[in-house]
This record gives sequence, C-alpha cells and structure tokens, in this order.
Amino acid sequence: MRRRRTSFPLVAGAVLTGALVLVALLSLAWTPYAPEAVRVVARLRPPGPDHWLGTDHFGRDVLSMLMVGARLSLGIGAASVALGLLGGVPLGLLGAARPGWWDEAAGRMADLLFAFPAVLVAILLTALNGPGAGNAVAAIALFNVAVLARVTQGAAKGVMRRDFVRASQALGRGPWGVAWVHVLPAIAGVLAVQATVLFAAAILSEAGLSYLGLGVQPPVPSWGRMLEDAQTFLTRAPLLAVFPGAAIALSVLGLSLLGDGLRDRFDPRHESEPIL
Amino acid sequence: MGGMGKAAVAAAALLLAAWPVGGWAQGHSGLVVGMQLEPPHLDPTAGAAGAIDEVTYANLFEPLTRIDAAGAVVPGLAERWTVSDDGLTYTFTLRPGARFHDGSVCDSADVKFSLDRARGPQSVNAQKAYFAAIDTVETPDPRTVVVRLSRPDGLFLFHMGQGDAVIVAQETADTNKQKPIGTGPFKLDRWAAGDRVELVRNPDYDGPKPALERVTFRFISDPAAQVAALLSGDVDTFPQFGTYEALDQFRKDPRFAVLDGTSEGETLLVINNARKPFDDVRVRRAIGHAIDRTTLIDGAMFGTAKPIGSHFPPHRPEYVDLTGLSAYAPAKARALLAEAGYKDGFDAVLRLPPPIYARRSGELIAAMLAEVGIRLRIENVEWAAWLERTFKGRDFDLTLVAHTEPLDIGIYARPDYYFNYRSDRFNATEDELSRTLDPARRVALLQQEQRIVAEDAVNGFLFQLPVVTVQKAGVTGMWPNRPLQANDVTGVSWK
Repeated sequence: MRRRRTSFPLVAGAVLTGALVLVALLSLAWTPYAPEAVRVVARLRPPGPDHWLGTDHFGRDVLSMLMVGARLSLGIGAASVALGLLGGVPLGLLGAARPGWWDEAAGRMADLLFAFPAVLVAILLTALNGPGAGNAVAAIALFNVAVLARVTQGAAKGVMRRDFVRASQALGRGPWGVAWVHVLPAIAGVLAVQATVLFAAAILSEAGLSYLGLGVQPPVPSWGRMLEDAQTFLTRAPLLAVFPGAAIALSVLGLSLLGDGLRDRFDPRHESEPIL
Repeated sequence: MGGMGKAAVAAAALLLAAWPVGGWAQGHSGLVVGMQLEPPHLDPTAGAAGAIDEVTYANLFEPLTRIDAAGAVVPGLAERWTVSDDGLTYTFTLRPGARFHDGSVCDSADVKFSLDRARGPQSVNAQKAYFAAIDTVETPDPRTVVVRLSRPDGLFLFHMGQGDAVIVAQETADTNKQKPIGTGPFKLDRWAAGDRVELVRNPDYDGPKPALERVTFRFISDPAAQVAALLSGDVDTFPQFGTYEALDQFRKDPRFAVLDGTSEGETLLVINNARKPFDDVRVRRAIGHAIDRTTLIDGAMFGTAKPIGSHFPPHRPEYVDLTGLSAYAPAKARALLAEAGYKDGFDAVLRLPPPIYARRSGELIAAMLAEVGIRLRIENVEWAAWLERTFKGRDFDLTLVAHTEPLDIGIYARPDYYFNYRSDRFNATEDELSRTLDPARRVALLQQEQRIVAEDAVNGFLFQLPVVTVQKAGVTGMWPNRPLQANDVTGVSWK
C-alpha cells in the first residue's frame, strides 16, 4: 500500500520545525529584551504586555530566553548530527564494504559507543575539561556516530547484494568507489530520515544535559537550564516551567513528525525502521 | 537486583523511621533533621566538610570545652578548668563518669592521645592551626589534663570546643570514619549511605539524658524536595534551609515555625590574588565597586541576608561596617580598571560550587561585572571538583563561596591558603592577636584586620549567609543561630 507523497506528519513536522528555525534565526537579529539582562525588581512577572511570557527569578524576559535557547538547541542538535554523520557513515560503509574482520570490528565499535549513554560521556568530559557546550555536542555526537554507523552498515549491506553493485564490482571498481557512487546515493533517504530523528533526540538530550548542568553554562540561556531554574518556583510561578517544557516538546514533536513524513516519502516500504 | 535490594532497604528504613515519628503526630521522642549535604564520613578530626560536624558535634563526639547556642565556651568533656596568669598553662578536670560508646572509660590518656594526634606530623586534621600553640600535654592523674602552650593563644578554649578538637579513643580512632565511637549522649545506630544517618540515645551517658530517643539526619540536596519533605511532614526540622523563595510560604503556615538566625558564613566572591589581573589591587577594588549588594541580596537571597564589607559577621561585637569602602559605583569601577590598564575590561572564569546561593549570586555578579567590562564565563562545578581544583589546587580566577568557620579572619595570614593573599601588615596584626589576651586590645586588633582585608579588597565581600531553620511548630530547642557548624540536638524536645 502506497501513501500519498505529502502526508500529514510531513506537513505538520515541516511547519513546526520551520517555525523553530525561523524563531532561532529571528533571535539573531531581534529579541524583545536582551536575554541576559537582569532586572531583579521585575522578577517573576506573569505574562503581560511588557513581557509576553513573563519574567524569571532574575527579571529576565522569558520569551527572549526561549528564542535564544531555540538557536542553541538547533545549533547543538545540528552540530552533533553532522558529527555523527561524519563519523558514523564512513564507519558503517567500511563495515559493509569489507565483510569479515572489518565488518565485525565496525559492529563492535558501534556496540562500544552504544554502551555509553550521553549523560555518562558528558560527565566524563566535564570532569576532564570542565563544563561547557562542547561537552554536550561531543557526548551526543558520540551516540549519533554509533547509531548512524549501525544504520549505514545495515542499509549498505542490502545495497551491496544488489545486481548493479555486483556488476560494478565485476567491472573492477574498488570498494570505496562502489560505496561512494552506488551505495551512498541509495541509502541517502534512510540516512536523512535517521538524521532527522536523531536531531529530535539530540534536542532532548541537550535539554537533559543542560538541566543537569553539564551543557551550556549560564548566563547563555538554554531550555534545559530554564527548566532547572523553574523547579524551585513551581508553586509560585508554574508557567516558568511550562514554557521551556512546551518548547522542548514541540520541537521534538516537530522533528519526529518530519522524520516520519520523510520516511514515508523516501522509503515507502518501511525497509528499515529508524533507531531511536 | 542491586537497585531492588536498595529500594527494599530504603523502604524498610522508611517504615522504621516512621514508626516512632508517625508523620504529623506530635509529642513523640524522635526527630528527623533535614540536611542539604551528606557527610563524606563521620570523623570530625579528619575532614573539613561541615556536614561531618553537623551530624557528630555534641551528639556523638564531645570536645574538652563546648560551644553553646550563643557561641559561648561552656564545659564539655572537661567539667572545669583553670588558666595560669601568664596564659600558658591550662588545667582541665574531666567529667568523672565519661565513657566511650564501646564502654571504655574516657580518661586523661585519651585526651593526650587526641591532642597529640591532631597536632602530630601524621595529622589529617582540617584545622591543625588550632593546636599549633600546644607545647606539651601532661596527665598527672586520670581525670586531670595539663596543657602547656608555647605562646599565649587568646582563642585556645574556643578552638578546643570545635568539632576538630573532639576527644577520641586510641583503639577506635582509625575506624571513626565509618563507626564513630565518641563520648556523646547519642550513638550511631545505622548509616544508609546516600539517604540518612540514624542515632539512638546512649543509655550509659553520664550527663543529663536528652529528651529524644532517636535522631535521624536525612540528606536532601534538591531544593524542591526539601520543601516537599517539610510540607509532607517527613522532616521535622530543617536547619540551614536554602530555598529562600519558599520561606514566605512557611512563615504564613501556622503548622511551621521559621527561625531567623545569625551565621558565621561570610559569603565571598573569592579572588585569586596571585593571578593576573587580580594581583592589581585596583582591579580588585573595581570588582568591589561593580557589585550592587542590595540587588544581589534581593535577587539571589530574596532579601534574606545582611551585607558585609569585610570578612566579619555583623552580629559580633567586634564588627566594623566597612561596606562603604566597596560601595556600588560602576563609574568608579570603570575608572579604576582604566587606571590599571584594562580600559576595555578583560575575560575571566567564575567557578561556582553547587549551593543555590552561589549559583544565583554568581549569575547576578556576572551580569553586574559585565556592566563595567569584566566578561565572566561561568563554570558550574560539583563540590568534589571545586575542592580539588579551586580550594586545594588554587587553579582559578574567581569563585564564590561562604566561609562558615567561626572567627576565621585569621585565614588571611595563611601563606598557602587559596586566596593567595600575602600581606606583612596583616600577618603582623594576626601575630600580635594570637599573643594578646587583653580583651580591649583584641577587639582593636580584630577591627584592624577587618580594615586591612577590606582596604586590600582581597575578595569581593558580599553578604552574611543567612541561617534559617524551618521546622514543625512543636519542635523546641534547635539552635536558631550558627556559632559553629553543628546540629546540637541534645537539648531538643517536642512541645
């Protein structure tokens, strides 16, 4: 059964993700207030005409912080997925192109990376280099490398068995040439789907790491830390937790829907399910 | 499996603890004390962590003298003492019935062992300086201890009342970290790591029996969980309650009592005086003028704190108000920076330990210093990392922490302290102070010390850390003030 090419998830996901990207880009040029501007006298204001989403415990404008936080979430998500692709795809292709020893090694390598959750890696890196956004990117990227290596290897192996690849090999093209010319284009759709899903996961991980104090350091706003700051004010100003929470949920939802939609489009027979 | 086992143990512990306490029921003989940090171990003679004393002081272990709720020196293990006219010989008489928890008698030999151990070459005591003036310890008979000093020490009796100076037995000294054996009115029942320490009344204690039969110290680091534990009745009293924004709620609730006390915790923006550009006094003064204490106290502490201008608590009689020396004046701060050659400011790292006062103050101060051109990068770290790199390693630009030891302005004379501050003028004053017994002269010298560190702008002097206890309305006898780091529950009872 074939679905139509533009599905509801694709549209909804694209709209939500597009809005996120727009807000992030807008924050480069304009925010209602400087997101780091502290004004203690105006703290814990409810949403109103001056501050559309209210102010936090230091009197900072919540909307401005959310906007800059969006940029940060997208940036860290993009960086960690890009690094994951750069590391994971060659690793996976290597495994697929050289069956036997290499195949095993690449698989075990991915297993090893899988064994370390992002939080653990981030704690380790923080102990070594001190806290910072770089740790969050590296920790999430490492997990992405493992996932993408696994996906690439699986998908590439399938392609390797196809006749046109066999023919190309018979005509004397080396393993890297085959990977580049035939395999990569054939699995690009799968990778795009996987990358989108990982992007959503990365935003969630980044928020989690910032919440634990392992990600972006203050005063740079981040959604995760806004949640952490809001925690002790839950009885007095519950909206302080609702807004960043909603921002995280909507972003993850948008990217997940986009991933679903892309999968329907690129891979109508659901050959491979994304790993999350 | 391990998790299941732990959960089962925790559940059993909860049942046990709840049995005598019974949630909101009043008039019982148990007490649950909330603490933010768990002690790393339970030997006050072998660690600087305040949480050790907060569990053990006066409850498990006793020093020769004791510090009472008002900060005065009162008899402890020694029921009385005499001081020679030259201030060099202290003769202590021990309580006749004092016994350790293992049943052995606590006599002068134990005192001699404890004092010699604390000042000896193998000592791991966090406050070795307290014992530095001791020349010899003699034991003419089992109940008498004669301590001879090499120089007069005006604070000797005060120091001998600290947790670092508690008396331990030779046989158990090495295992006190896990199995504390003291002479106090309570003894250790069990320690569920990560959760609680439980003490039970010591039936063989020779002094007055405490009203409580069982005391549980529960460790709750999360601010929201602290509030929840109080509201649900799981915790009876929470000294050093740190969630200042929740205080209003407790003050209005008749089920609770909020005690506002004075503390010894000078909260400082600690400056590494050896590191450029902070080695220039003009830069340090500029930092002082860039900080608006009123906004800081309002923003970080919700108004619950007193500003300080030097390293001294405002509630003490020797206090001088020096906040004027570092009054908020951003224009002056910019001028001072320009004079020092930093017209465009500079970059530095502000490392913040976990307490909420530090994290919040740090963020506000970073915003304030940015106004005068000092761009701070904030690094939030855990206590272990802070102790290792900042306090011991002295590898930092700026950090922010409250110094809670009582009467500790003498730390500015320590050559190896992490401030990296050296001042002949201060050292000379401290030297004279340590030899002075005349009370009037001591006051003058202490005031001079406050002035020197304020004029040298050694650190950013922010505020006195408030001590707020939130507890059920029926609890009486908790110390409202904090003359030293302790939760002395020996006098606590229920109304």
